[in-house]
Amino acid sequence: MSAPDTPTDEALEEGSARLRAWTEAELGVTGEVRPVVTAPAAVLSTAGETVDPTSPDVVRLAADLLATQRVSPGCVGLAAPQVGVSARVFSVDVSEHPKTRTHHGAYVLCNAEVVESSRNEKAREGCMSAPDFTGDVKRASRLVVRGRLPGTGEEVVVRTDAFEARCLQHEMDHCAGYLFLDRVAGAHAVYARRTYL
Amino acid sequence: MTLHAITVLGHDRPGIIAETTARLADLGLNLEDSSMTLLRGHFAMTLVCAGDTPAAAIEEALAPLAAEDTLAVTVREVPSSQHGDAGGTDWVLTVHGGDRPGIVSTLTAEVASVGGNITDLTTRLAGDLYLLVAEIALPADADAAALEQAVAAAAERVGVGATLRPVEADEL
Repeated sequence: MSAPDTPTDEALEEGSARLRAWTEAELGVTGEVRPVVTAPAAVLSTAGETVDPTSPDVVRLAADLLATQRVSPGCVGLAAPQVGVSARVFSVDVSEHPKTRTHHGAYVLCNAEVVESSRNEKAREGCMSAPDFTGDVKRASRLVVRGRLPGTGEEVVVRTDAFEARCLQHEMDHCAGYLFLDRVAGAHAVYARRTYL
Repeated sequence: MTLHAITVLGHDRPGIIAETTARLADLGLNLEDSSMTLLRGHFAMTLVCAGDTPAAAIEEALAPLAAEDTLAVTVREVPSSQHGDAGGTDWVLTVHGGDRPGIVSTLTAEVASVGGNITDLTTRLAGDLYLLVAEIALPADADAAALEQAVAAAAERVGVGATLRPVEADEL
């Protein structure tokens, strides 16, 4: 059964098209690389503030997230708390990842929330903000997300799947003050990286 | 600052971890890595803690745990861990099949023969089904394809199925 606010297929197609068409140029500012914070920084365990996506600070933050993500090898997403800002803003770009099916290029979403999720799948995740661990995490592989674009503040509702769905949930978790460590599948589902043998 | 490895083994009951760790905290020891599980219903915990308390004093503090004779506690000093080779690859080996002696030794011998290091291991026996899951760190120069073949051949010798899968952690 559908919830009353279930988006129509038309709205989802429109949302996908808008998000795909979005580019960083719309922000009108050049992003600067910010340092990435690592656990146990308190900001990573704090629920981020809902933001005004049209405010200049948020626009600058959006550009900085994309710039920081771009210079971080293998990084497919970065949330504001990871650069020390307690706000519900994150960047995503899974377009080059082999596990990606549907994707919407490089973009930033503000105040994003899950509208629908289904088909949980387990996979091992790592995170720049907890670099010494990886862990098995179950996440929905089909997802509908609602959020606002930085700059114009337009609302988009988007359906996605597979790796982009996982990435969006990981970033929304950051914005809510959770790390993948909060979601590992069990006591033996978290692994130390190979620093020690 | 020295490191001590402590093992606590024996009859399971609620409160063993709380009691053990309270006694260690009272000595000002810091728990670093630990692992605990039930092995055929028996409590089995290993932990490494850091602090300046000598092993004998830790043993004395933990002695009341073993007083009822249902738990065995050992304490020994260990050296700081060595940094390993970070350039290799990580794999998961899963083995399952009918129980018989020699499954673990046969399969892990193949891993050892290529210099693979087992970093985590669980084996379980349920009815007649034997299950082994191991995390393996292979050195950068190891031939993973050859190991896969050797593992498959070894599994066939002991009549079990084995799969060796690369571990891929997705960076998010």
